[in-house]
Amino acid sequence: MSQELDNILENAIQAISQSQDLAALDSVRIAYLGKKGEITSRLKSLGQFSPELRPAAGQAINQIKLRIQDLLEERKSAINDQFISNKLSSETLDISLPGRVVNSGGLHPVTLTMNRIQKMFGKLGFDTAEGPEVEDEFHNFEALNIPAHHPARAMHDTFYFDDRRLLRTHTSPVQIRVLEQQAPPVRVIAPGRVYRCDSDITHTPMFHQVEGLLIDENVSFSDLKGTLEEFLTLFFEQDDLKIRFRPSYFPFTEPSMEADIGCVMCGGDGCRVCSQSGWLEVLGCGMVHPEVFRHTGIDNDVFTGYAFGLGIERLAMLRYGVNDLRLFFENDLRFLQQFA
Amino acid sequence: MIISENWLREWVNPGIDSSQLIEQLTMVGLEVKTVEPASTKLENVIVGEVLAVEPHPEADKLSLCQVSNGKNTVEVVCGASNARQGLKVAFAQIGAALPGLKVKKVKIRGVESNGMLCSASELGIAEISDGIIELPADAPSGTSIYEYLGLDDNLIELELTPNRGDCISLAGVAREVSAINNVDLKDASGKIIKATIEDDFPVEILAPEACPHYVGRIINNIDPSARTPVWMQEKLRRSGLRPISPVVDVTNFVMMELGQPMHGFDFDKLEGGIRVRWAKAGEKFTLLDQSEIECGSDLLVIADQRKAVALAGIMGGLHSSVQHDTKNIFLEAAFFTPFELAGKARRYGMNTDSSHRFERGVDPGLQVRAMHRATELLLDIVGGEAGPVIDAEIPESMPVRSPVSLRYARVKRLLGIAISEEDVVKILESLNMRVEQQEQGWLVVPPSYRFDISIEADLIEEIGRLVGYNNIPGTREAAHSRMESFSETQLGINEIKEALVRQGFYEAVTYSFVSPETQAILDPHQETLALSNPISADMSVMRTRLLPGLIQALRYNINRQQQRIRLFETGLCFIPESDGLQQKTHIAAVITGSRDNEGWLSRSEAVDFYDIKGYLESILRLSDQSKYQFVKTSNPILHPGQGADVMYNNQQIGFIGALHPAVMPRLDLVQPVFLFELELAPILRSKLPNFVEMSKFPSIRRDIAITVDTDISVQSLIDCTYSIKSKILQEVFVFDVYTGKELRNNRKSVALGLILQDFSRTLVDGDVDKIVVKILNQLKKQYNAILREN
Repeated sequence: MSQELDNILENAIQAISQSQDLAALDSVRIAYLGKKGEITSRLKSLGQFSPELRPAAGQAINQIKLRIQDLLEERKSAINDQFISNKLSSETLDISLPGRVVNSGGLHPVTLTMNRIQKMFGKLGFDTAEGPEVEDEFHNFEALNIPAHHPARAMHDTFYFDDRRLLRTHTSPVQIRVLEQQAPPVRVIAPGRVYRCDSDITHTPMFHQVEGLLIDENVSFSDLKGTLEEFLTLFFEQDDLKIRFRPSYFPFTEPSMEADIGCVMCGGDGCRVCSQSGWLEVLGCGMVHPEVFRHTGIDNDVFTGYAFGLGIERLAMLRYGVNDLRLFFENDLRFLQQFA
Repeated sequence: MIISENWLREWVNPGIDSSQLIEQLTMVGLEVKTVEPASTKLENVIVGEVLAVEPHPEADKLSLCQVSNGKNTVEVVCGASNARQGLKVAFAQIGAALPGLKVKKVKIRGVESNGMLCSASELGIAEISDGIIELPADAPSGTSIYEYLGLDDNLIELELTPNRGDCISLAGVAREVSAINNVDLKDASGKIIKATIEDDFPVEILAPEACPHYVGRIINNIDPSARTPVWMQEKLRRSGLRPISPVVDVTNFVMMELGQPMHGFDFDKLEGGIRVRWAKAGEKFTLLDQSEIECGSDLLVIADQRKAVALAGIMGGLHSSVQHDTKNIFLEAAFFTPFELAGKARRYGMNTDSSHRFERGVDPGLQVRAMHRATELLLDIVGGEAGPVIDAEIPESMPVRSPVSLRYARVKRLLGIAISEEDVVKILESLNMRVEQQEQGWLVVPPSYRFDISIEADLIEEIGRLVGYNNIPGTREAAHSRMESFSETQLGINEIKEALVRQGFYEAVTYSFVSPETQAILDPHQETLALSNPISADMSVMRTRLLPGLIQALRYNINRQQQRIRLFETGLCFIPESDGLQQKTHIAAVITGSRDNEGWLSRSEAVDFYDIKGYLESILRLSDQSKYQFVKTSNPILHPGQGADVMYNNQQIGFIGALHPAVMPRLDLVQPVFLFELELAPILRSKLPNFVEMSKFPSIRRDIAITVDTDISVQSLIDCTYSIKSKILQEVFVFDVYTGKELRNNRKSVALGLILQDFSRTLVDGDVDKIVVKILNQLKKQYNAILREN
């Protein structure tokens, strides 16, 4: 009997160890432990044993059964492990290869700069306003206190269509357009294209400005200065940015000033970019001129205001280190990709 | 304008160094553009005296000069014809450094030269010169030239704003420096030069509105051979002016010094008297620069009894100009009003130092003083006898400096600073304003030369300027915080841009003016708005579409070996219409080349129509996509089989497609280009989300494959399917389109997916079958669609 059991176990061990997958292993289980399996049928036939031999025989068969069960489990787990390990090694990738990606493009640096300025002033409550680019003499010049033959017109090399219409030379006419529509208080910025009949290394016939206008009761020159100081410091993200304001002249502001920042290229030591002066002019501004109030029917005794104008390409060049203005309008992908 | 620092310090000399002075000028509003030294150091160049001159034995044009440096005498070979005994000259001794030259002992034609006698241009203080420099007889031999000519000087270039006509002179700049530093200004009232002869000349002002004041003077018997002294030449040079002849130099000198442009006529060429009048239209004469002018009646001329002899305030005439043999001269110092002169010189292309000053405003109180100053200098240099000052004035046409009211409270409010009343008065008086106390402030009369001060704000600017803008604290006005109001159904342009950027597009910015040819190719039959003064012919009309610029940018990149290009632009387009010019914002995109970046994962396929359509749909999806339709186009720039008009609420707002193969070569393009261009405004209107109940019951999908004629659009099949108006038909979509051998020639197979679902119960096959039959019948009826079996 025991010899017989030993043989069964021997065969089972062999069958289990030779099973290469779970299906084969399962047929081994069925052959031994299934309803008609060798062990099962041995257990069924225990009744043939005499009552005194029966317990010992039962115990021996059961031991074999447990043993086979254990071996089956063991083998099953080994096959599973093998299966996963095969799967893993067959699925191993070169993780150094680049991923599947939609390469995004990018906005133009002029847009990036305008958006940044819009966002900064937006936090201060400045809405964005727009105006036409084909303008009339009145909005571009007269309402801004630049009558015909004013020497300041010589500084605006103007593109004309006919006697009446021209391409706006600055974003300042948007001041007039806004004030014709809206009663104070007014807080707007107006980004956009402007045009001058001028083309050389440092001038393109089209460029971008952002105009700012604030009209309210009790707005002062000192507010203008403080606001722009804060803007420049934050724009260039430079806490110790040197800033100076010096008197200048714009027909539509009085007093007028221009702001210079310490040269961001050379740190103020003097270089080609700042013409050795250590300073870079970055904006023009001033208190809104009484004539502008008059043209737009606003009571200058009640309201005062300030206006400023920023050259976008200038700011973008300084911020990103671009050394040639003309690059902005060539739309070379190798240039545009640098801002993505 | 360029000024010499030394000359300025002769007028006003505050105890500050050059760099402080320069900083001060900029900060008071006279922006310093550049600062250059007046000269190199000129080491070892001294005042020398020529003791004797004898011919060079070996060369006709050279001479041998015995030159004394005050101690020793050496022999110097010289080529200048004006080398003569007794001449004081600039002597570069052995070892001297001239600009670009080190002076060494050399043999010239066999004779050793112990140095070099220098011309002004060799010293670097003139562009050209005629012979060696002639110094005054009292110049002390041995003194360094650098010291003798005061060459330790800075040339300060000022960039003056157009409102500061009063500062286009040394006196004007000196006034500002004096006011800032509170130091005295040189007394500039000048000498009165009395007449020694009685010669007079009638002056008649016929255009008082343009010339209310004309001062003239005759000077007879001048010495035509006289030379302008070196000191004056140097001052002119350091002001950026080229010395020409004594009379011209003196008038230029007075203009630089006092700010009064003057003119000298050859008196013998004038006939009868001076008449200041408007030109007759078509009146012609030749100007000093040899050009002939044909006047319009808007030009003011100085004429004699017979003819025009000068363009008033702009340029003299050639005929009456002072020549090298002129003996008698007539000097002019006039006041021409800025208003009447403004813009004229520019219109006739003749900006001069004189017109520049008159346009910005010359002091109307300056003419007589300038005349005396010029007389004084001329008599010193060229001798002669001066006649009486002829002073013609039309007092009622003279500009008046109206008093300006200034409110103390307004000063503080506008500048945002605390300033005492006393300081306000002190500042204004330092600028030569007459200040009178009145209620709430002052009545202020600006000096005659301040054309830029006519209102209160102008005075407040002066106060701010003198306080110093850097001394005004920066504050920020109390922001009225408020809630932001914005429409949820209005998209920002940036949301559209970002959507394209995320899919690989780069934003381009192209010029708004384009070439008329490209414009006509890409928007044929469309009228354009043309510039009257374009920069160049290929930038001469305003774009009516963004495509001309974008195509140019595309071509630029193709020519730079870019394999895959996706560009878009937004901006105004300018479309002339019957009711006026429309300025509309458009958005356009162009793509060409491969669909994907080349890579180990990508297949190298070229982009096609469905790429550009997908990009457009991705941005329309941000808006209210249900409002858009793509319909067959007849747009001549598009491939007729791969193009569509884009409709919004049945209105055309743009187009999309492949560039027409016949158009491509006209744009120098070879590879296929796909594009769209739309008006932006409709796309920016999105819709407010509106919740719809969702069914709790499962949905069933059924697919049908049908064949139809190839010219039937899939969209019409989908529309037809929806048209059965079943409540349980939730969605119809296309998932396969196939044309192939086993189909008849003009047929294609379309596979549609149907999603069916009911709100109140779970659908059974019978429900679905009924709907599918209905759909197939409808498709068959309308489009002869046949169900594919298999």
